[in-house]
Amino acid sequence: MKNIFDKIWDAHIVQSVQDGPDVFYIDRHFIHEVTSPQAFTGLRERGLPVFRPKQTIATADHNVPTEDQDKLIKEALSRLQVDTLVSNCKEFGLELYGLGHPYQGIVHVIGPELGITQPGMTIVCGDSHTSTHGAFGCIAFGIGTSEVEQVLATQCILQQKAQSMRITIDGELGKGVTAKDLILYVISKLGTAGGTGHVVEYAGSAIRSLSMEGRMTVCNMSIEMGARGGLIAPDQTTFDYIKGREFAPQGVDWETAVMKWKELPSDPGATFDKEYHFDAADIEPMITYGTNPGMGLGISQRIPQKEDLASERDGRQLQKSLAYMNLQAGQPMLGQQIDYVFIGSCTNSRIEDLREVAAFVKGKKKADHVQVLIVPGSQQVREQSQKEGLDKILAEAGFFLREPGCSACLGMNEDKVPPGKYCVSTSNRNFEGRQGPGSRTFLASPLTAAAAAVAGKIVDVREYL
Amino acid sequence: MKAFTTIHSSAIPLPIENIDTDQIIPARFLKATTREGFGENLFCDWRYHKDGSEKADFVLNDLTYSGEILVAGANFGCGSSREHAAWAIGDYGFRVVVSSFFADIFKNNALNNGILPVQVSEDFLQKLFASIQQNPGTEITVDLDNQKISFEGGKASFDINSYKKMCLQKGYSDLDFLLSLREKIGAFEM
Ligand code: SF4
Repeated sequence: MKNIFDKIWDAHIVQSVQDGPDVFYIDRHFIHEVTSPQAFTGLRERGLPVFRPKQTIATADHNVPTEDQDKLIKEALSRLQVDTLVSNCKEFGLELYGLGHPYQGIVHVIGPELGITQPGMTIVCGDSHTSTHGAFGCIAFGIGTSEVEQVLATQCILQQKAQSMRITIDGELGKGVTAKDLILYVISKLGTAGGTGHVVEYAGSAIRSLSMEGRMTVCNMSIEMGARGGLIAPDQTTFDYIKGREFAPQGVDWETAVMKWKELPSDPGATFDKEYHFDAADIEPMITYGTNPGMGLGISQRIPQKEDLASERDGRQLQKSLAYMNLQAGQPMLGQQIDYVFIGSCTNSRIEDLREVAAFVKGKKKADHVQVLIVPGSQQVREQSQKEGLDKILAEAGFFLREPGCSACLGMNEDKVPPGKYCVSTSNRNFEGRQGPGSRTFLASPLTAAAAAVAGKIVDVREYL
Repeated sequence: MKAFTTIHSSAIPLPIENIDTDQIIPARFLKATTREGFGENLFCDWRYHKDGSEKADFVLNDLTYSGEILVAGANFGCGSSREHAAWAIGDYGFRVVVSSFFADIFKNNALNNGILPVQVSEDFLQKLFASIQQNPGTEITVDLDNQKISFEGGKASFDINSYKKMCLQKGYSDLDFLLSLREKIGAFEM
C-alpha cells in the first residue's frame, strides 16, 4: 500500500545515499531569467554542457514589463537579465519561450497549458510556486540556483525524502467561494509553517469537484504553509485537460499514458505521516489582514485581538503586522478602503479566472479611486480572452488587460503598489513590501478582488451574486 | 565552497519570527546576474530609509552587535526559493544562522553555500537572545564536528544530515558528487 507521493518519489530515485539524501531524477525543469544566470555561469566555469537539454524549458516572466513587450525593455538591469537568458539558451541549446513568443508567460501557467506538465512527473524550477504543477499528480517543488545548476548538469538533485500529509476537504463550496478561498482557509488553520517538511496530497469531494485551474490555485499555495509541495491525484478532469495540448502524448501513446496515470492515486488504506480534515461548508470568501498568508479570515469576521490568539508569539506577530498594515485589532475587514486591485500571478491568472472576473464586472464600473492591474498568465491566456471578447468587457469596466508576466506579484518590474497603499491581490504573498516597498496587501480570490475594485472597498462578493 | 570549521564568535540578534526571503533580500535586488554583492542589501527595507540613510534602530546598524552568527526567530527563511537570500547572508559575512525553526528551501540553499543552519529548541533560543541582550559580546561556539552549540548560559546539540556535514567539512558541493554519477544517471534513464 503506497500513497501517491511514495509511488512517484520511489520511481525517481537513481541512488540512495547512506544516511543522506536521495539522488533524485527530474523529468521536467523550468527556468526563468531571475534565478538561472548564476547557474549557467557555474556550468561555463566548469566547461559543462547541459546534460539533457530537451527536458529544460525556459521563459521570461519575473521581471518583464507588462506593456510594450515588443519594444526594448527600458530598465537596464531587467534588460540585461532577459538578454542573458536569451544568450544562455542559445549557447546551451535550450528551448526558450521568451518575449514575443506565442507561448511566453508565467512559468507555472505555461507548463500546464502546453501539456508539458503530466501526471507522475517530477518537476522543479527556481521558484517556490512550482508546487502549482502538483495539481496534475506530480511531485513539483521550488529549488535554489545551485540546484538549478545541478539539474542542468546532471538532470538530478540531492533530496531528503519529504514526509507525507493528506488534507481532506469534503462537502460543497458555497456560492461565491472559490478554490482560492479554500486554500487561504486551510493556510489560516495550519499556519505558515504547518506543512514544513511535507508534501501534501489534497483529497476529498471538494477537491475532486474543482476544475484543473482551481486545483492549480490550491497546489500553488502549498508553499505558503511551508510545505515542500502539494499534489492532487489525477482523474478524468486531469486527463480531459491535458488531452490534445501541444506536448501531450498523442494516439497510442496517449492510451498507454492514461493507463499508467490511472495507477498513480494513493492505494486504498495507504497511510500518511499527518492527516487533516476540513468541511467545505465552513469556508467563506477569505481575505488576509496581516503580513503572511496564514493571517487570513472569513470576509465577515473581525481582525483578531491579541488575546484571541493561541500563543504569545502569534500575538507579537499580530502587533507587528497590524502596525505595518495600519489596521486595528478587532476591526472588521468589510468596508476597509482600498487603492489598488491586482488580478494576476501564477495563483490566479488563467483563462478561468479572467472569465470569472469578466462575468462579474460586465455592465459594472471600477470605483474611480481604485487602480486596477489585470495581468494574464500567458500569451495564450491573453489571446484566448481576446477571442472570447473578455478584454472588451473588462475594458468597459475600467480593467485594461496587460501583457503577461509576474508583474505586481513581486514588484520586480514597474508594476508596483506605492508605499502605504492598500491592494487587494489575487497573488500568493502579502509579505511586507512584496508588491513594492511599503505596499500593503490583502490576498483574496479573483471574485472578491473584482468586487472590491467595483465597490472601492472590501465587500462580501456573495451579496452581489 | 569554503570548508567549515569550528566557529567562535559573538552574534547579531534578530528576535523576529517568520522572517521571509522578501525581507532578507527584496525582489527588486534580484536583477543581478552574478552571486556577489548581495550583502549590501541584506534586510534592506529594515536597514535603510528610503533616501538610503541607515535606520539607527536596526540591529545591523548598531555597532554594539557584530559577529559571524545570526540568531533569528522561528520559521526563518520562509517564502521564496531565491538562493539570493543565502547569498546575501553569506556575503554580509555570516557563516551560521541559529533559529528554532527553518523553512525547507532556505535550509538547503544555506547548506549549498557553506552557511550552517543550526536548529535549536525555542527555549534555548530565548536563553540565547536574553544572554546577547545582556551582554552583546556573548561568545558562541559552533562546533560542526561534534554538532554542538554553546555559550556561557547553555549548551545544545543540533542535527545535520551526515552527508551534508561531510560536504560542509570538506567544502564539497552536491554538484561534485552528482557529476561523478552521470553514467549511472544515464543507465537509470533507460
Ligand atoms: S507570479 Fe509570483 S509567485 Fe508566481 S512565479 Fe511569478 S513571482 Fe513567483
